Amino acid sequence: MSDFNLSVVPVDQLGVFERVSRFQKRSIKGTSKIQGLKMALNMIDLTTLEGADTENKVKQLCNKAQHLHQNLDSLPTVAAVCVYPSMVKIAKQQLKNTDIKIASVATAFPSGQSPIEIKLADTQFAVEEGADEIDMVISRGKFLEGNYNYVYDEIATIKEACGSARLKVILETGELGSLDQVRKASDIAIQAGADFIKTSTGKISPAATMPVTLVMLLAIKDHYQKTGQMVGMKPAGGISTAKGALQYLIMVKETLGDEWLNNQWFRFGASRLANDILMQLEKRNTGHYQSPDYFSKD
Amino acid sequence: MAKKKIVWELSEAIESTDHIEIKDQYELFIGGKFVPPTQKKYFDTVNPANEEKLARIAEANEEDITKAVKSARKAFNSWSKLSGAERGKYIFRIARMIQERAKEFAVIETLDGGKPIRESRDIDIPLAANHFFYYAGWADKLEYAFPNRKPHPIGVAGQIIPWNFPLLMAAWKIAPALACGNTVVLKPAETTPLTALKLAELIQESGLPEGVVNIVTGAGESGAALVNHKGVDKIAFTGSTEVGKLIQQSTAASNKKLTLELGGKAANIIFEDAAIDQAVEGIVNGIYFNQGHVCCAGSRLFVQESVFNQVLDKLKARMETLIVGNPLDKNTDVGAINSKGQLKTIESYIKSGVAEGAELHQSSAQLPKKGFWCKPTLFTEVSQSSKLVQEEIFGPVLAIQSFRTVSEAISKANNTPYGLSAGIWTDKGSKIFNMIMNMNAGVVWANTYNKFDPASPFGGFKESGYGREGGLHGLSAYLNF
Repeated sequence: MSDFNLSVVPVDQLGVFERVSRFQKRSIKGTSKIQGLKMALNMIDLTTLEGADTENKVKQLCNKAQHLHQNLDSLPTVAAVCVYPSMVKIAKQQLKNTDIKIASVATAFPSGQSPIEIKLADTQFAVEEGADEIDMVISRGKFLEGNYNYVYDEIATIKEACGSARLKVILETGELGSLDQVRKASDIAIQAGADFIKTSTGKISPAATMPVTLVMLLAIKDHYQKTGQMVGMKPAGGISTAKGALQYLIMVKETLGDEWLNNQWFRFGASRLANDILMQLEKRNTGHYQSPDYFSKD
Repeated sequence: MAKKKIVWELSEAIESTDHIEIKDQYELFIGGKFVPPTQKKYFDTVNPANEEKLARIAEANEEDITKAVKSARKAFNSWSKLSGAERGKYIFRIARMIQERAKEFAVIETLDGGKPIRESRDIDIPLAANHFFYYAGWADKLEYAFPNRKPHPIGVAGQIIPWNFPLLMAAWKIAPALACGNTVVLKPAETTPLTALKLAELIQESGLPEGVVNIVTGAGESGAALVNHKGVDKIAFTGSTEVGKLIQQSTAASNKKLTLELGGKAANIIFEDAAIDQAVEGIVNGIYFNQGHVCCAGSRLFVQESVFNQVLDKLKARMETLIVGNPLDKNTDVGAINSKGQLKTIESYIKSGVAEGAELHQSSAQLPKKGFWCKPTLFTEVSQSSKLVQEEIFGPVLAIQSFRTVSEAISKANNTPYGLSAGIWTDKGSKIFNMIMNMNAGVVWANTYNKFDPASPFGGFKESGYGREGGLHGLSAYLNF
């Protein structure tokens, strides 16, 4: 058992809500809006995590990742596609010769209710299949019991198994109960070696919210100030509008700075967001909102 | 994958001024009509963000004040006899009309005073409407508010308000006075008269009986004439302690009732167990809100020594993200200093701080070339004896000290002639209660700052004045028993 230094950092919920409402009041217009929307597209982990996923669905998703909307020129691609381990190989084939990363969930996603051996095997399989990034879940039960060492060790063990793949640690904040707990879980994950911390699996409601994300960004900031090491952030689930995405970006900018405004350090886990952004960009071009049916649903 | 650093700047988001109307010249509002001043003297009101003239404003002399007081006296006879329910209807109507024109009021407040549109839109104007709503509700319930005490109105209230929250202060003064059956003569500050005059237009349109509200403009002399007028039964003043003392002297040995809401030098106290990030946010809002032109601004900061450096680093980092500039831009956090005179005052304090050996830190924000501007500023290495710590600066200047023990924090925080407000930052409830009991301040906020609500009384201890505004307490300032 390793021991780590967990100092509890209190979080004031109302203070967090107030700060968030200031971000939401920022008026992002004109060229800053277009730049922000393109940036957001480039940060998306285009995701499909269903029991009913098929090879064909993953292929279609990979195609969308490369060609978001043929009508619009000079669009970026998304950052990554995010799939189950069984689909990594397919995605890898589809996306070879592109910059788009393959992210795979692992460690008995989404509940994490399996022994460490199985989680390790799950992770190793995904890495061997070619995943560039692993999205693991923490053992929320152990965390809520107060068994922080277990959670820390688990993350550290999975991190080792990832090799060169980057590790995103999903805290599943919707199950943690308070912002104080979110902060504690963030600190544990960061100290255990997370390359990214991520809010949610998308299987639990509430998924990502701005207050939760702000608390996690502040944990990243404190770590950066102490050690000089950057950690990435990925809010996932529940972010479906372009306007919402821009508010997240302004929060990242004003909390962590412009260094974090790229897909190496910030991601959106989202499946519907891309089309809403495309709709906004298309409106900018044509002056009209178009029917959702003009945008491919993959 | 994108690795080069992206710079993402917000584009301008200027609030439109197309929908507002500002006349070239404004007269005095007396007896329900706009009448020219006897002396035909006018002064300019300017936009402090670009020094452009907005309008010419009438200057009231003694004769004009007499006219206004007479018209208020005449109106008092019938207004005070109107049933509370009827008075309430008029006040409700004013509240609703302010809401309907909120955008217009917000833009004019920002043009005339330099405060960010975000603040006038989200704080000043909605709160002003809320004050009218709140006191409208009391108009027919005074007997219940003060059971067995037979409340009745005082008469003509002379009200003098400052330039930091022009419409909001007008609402704080007018709403309870009317609800209690008084009539008023209100004098707005000379640098920010426009929203009060817009309110006069609105009141005229609302059908409020003539003379119930009179609004006279001018500088200190006009105010002195109002204070000294024999026909005034009550003076309510919000402004500097210096002027407050003069008013108290001149109303001594008269029958006039007096309430004073004066300066402040509030202490914000951060304990080591506080939620530091949120505390820093509260400190920033406490001192840089409305450019620090706030009587309850948290202008002194005491930080427990074990977290001093952490707080200071975070504070400096947060200051860098404050957007300083055009007050009409919806993204502006810190606007223009209200007047040239006030800017000079603030700058002289900053100079004296540096001369005393305090360590100056300012945000790196670029200031516009025209207009009156001051960067968000903080000082460390200050002592209790420093002018920066003792005197009210009324600008975006924070003086920071450290402390070791709770008793030290209490004694330092109370060691000021003022006693308007204080802020406590700790995650521990018991500490909050202990501090509240020991702060000599009219308002103590815990883990938040600058929260206002019409239902909550506001006012000071010591040289921050006496009498309370807001809530039930605010009514008794306008009643005889």
